[in-house]
Amino acid sequence: MNAQATPPTLAGRPDFEAIARWIKPNSNVLDLGCGDGSLLRYLHERRDAKTYGVEIDDAKVLACVKNGVNVLQADLEGGLLEFESNSFDYVVLSLTLQAVRHTERILREMLRVGREGIVTFPNFGYWRHRLQVFSGHMPVSRDLPFQWYDTPNIHLSTISDFEIFCAGHGIRILERIVMDGGREVHLLPNLLGALAVYRFDDHAP
Amino acid sequence: MPPEGSTGIVTPQSMHFDESVALKSGARLESYDLTYETYGTLNAARSNAILVCHALNASHHVAGVYADDPRNVGWWDNLIGPGKAVDTNRFFVVGVNNLGGCHGSTGPSSIDPKTGKPYGGSFPVVTVEDWVESHARLATRLGIERFAAVMGGSLGAMQALQWTISQPDRVRNALVIAAAPKLSAQNIAFNEVARQAITSDPDFHDGNYHEHGVVPRRGLRIARMIGHITYLSDDAMAEKFGRALREGVLKFNFDVDFQIESYLRYQADKFADRFDANTYLRITKALDYFDPAAEHGSVLSAALAPAKANFLVASFTSDWRFSPARSREIVRAMVHNWLNVSYAEIDAPHGHDAFLMDDARYHALIRAYLDNVTL
Repeated sequence: MNAQATPPTLAGRPDFEAIARWIKPNSNVLDLGCGDGSLLRYLHERRDAKTYGVEIDDAKVLACVKNGVNVLQADLEGGLLEFESNSFDYVVLSLTLQAVRHTERILREMLRVGREGIVTFPNFGYWRHRLQVFSGHMPVSRDLPFQWYDTPNIHLSTISDFEIFCAGHGIRILERIVMDGGREVHLLPNLLGALAVYRFDDHAP
Repeated sequence: MPPEGSTGIVTPQSMHFDESVALKSGARLESYDLTYETYGTLNAARSNAILVCHALNASHHVAGVYADDPRNVGWWDNLIGPGKAVDTNRFFVVGVNNLGGCHGSTGPSSIDPKTGKPYGGSFPVVTVEDWVESHARLATRLGIERFAAVMGGSLGAMQALQWTISQPDRVRNALVIAAAPKLSAQNIAFNEVARQAITSDPDFHDGNYHEHGVVPRRGLRIARMIGHITYLSDDAMAEKFGRALREGVLKFNFDVDFQIESYLRYQADKFADRFDANTYLRITKALDYFDPAAEHGSVLSAALAPAKANFLVASFTSDWRFSPARSREIVRAMVHNWLNVSYAEIDAPHGHDAFLMDDARYHALIRAYLDNVTL
């Protein structure tokens, strides 16, 4: 009956494990597009983090409430006006950046509200994706599990693209983990990495 | 145990308080009675009590029916009962009629012990804070030191919010539904029209209409009509009535042409039969006066600083009386204080009255939240 009866798990989300490693104990964490609240619950119970999630989908909001985490139903694209500047240690945006309309605005808002931002996104430059494009098709993979006609993703990017974007927008990358199926990738990340996880802060002049 | 889903027959109870209560207005009631109902069983640890606060025109009759009036179903019966979202197999639920009410608790129609006559117009203006104070005393008498939850919609939600501020150690969770942190000028304006309708009725007699053997029924009817319009959304009215005519043709007179007119008149009659005009005046004032931030430089987060409860805040997209933006103000103040809060914006077409409706998403949310409340 109650959420505390079952232990929190990050099974199936290797990016969550990477994020959880970065989050210092007793931090304040805001998770944008928090889904069913799995990450928040893990961070709350294992890192003693004070957490809030933002989610727009009714079913996911309900799942968060069942999970016993704080969730606020709102549209990320409407800005994060609910949250005061510099009120969180970390603002997380996992597997959502590629589906956001105003990429620059959301990253700016993350760094307004939080001291550090953490994003994860599927790497369009992953070799399997490149192969599919090369053979004449939009890529479909474990990390990009949609057909071209039903995908919510509108701003797909590669690892290189994201890093160029950050450099041009005063965003300083503090740490990066690139993964393929839960394993870390060190060699040729933009080719061999399926999933990118970044931690960054504001370095605007 | 009653059958699943049905609270069955309930009996209102009354508690007499022979202790005075100082009201926010400065007035004092030397003694008073509170009428209440309970559903379910208080557990041995006394940790499973939920207080349900009522809104403008409701009462302590929250769930179930009366043996001598089987059609009088409690106003939140679709939410509260055995196996329902607020499960009375698990929780002990208390509904209480507010002070100043007209359903049993001491109010303007009660006999003033000093004069032996109804209080009438002399009954003081009561506030949300006064209700919380009196309900807290009832809780003590019932052996409830700390509520598992205090909940309500609209004005009931304001009481739940006030509980967390005035009695922070006595409420573990608050469910604040279709609320506002204070009324807007427009909200107050609607209330003022309702009050003017009542006080300008020739049968009002400064509130002492009992002495004249009349009630300001015309004024109360109009007050209810104006209120009722604000509880519904434009879309819900369009859907339910549109421009449908009652008799199929325009009559070119001032009797009922449109179905909406017929509906409003019916609602007004029903209301005037069971509600007291003096109570209506006072409850609308309690709404107007509610503003916990006022004593804190209009900073709501400062008003909420004492709160310790965990919160579920819910609003309805079509509610223009207390719109979702008003609930977001409350949520923002809670987050500022790092309070545990979840907020849901429920896509429902019914307007402000949505909090009373049997909406699957809304009820699932309340059920899920309460499932996680430990006893």
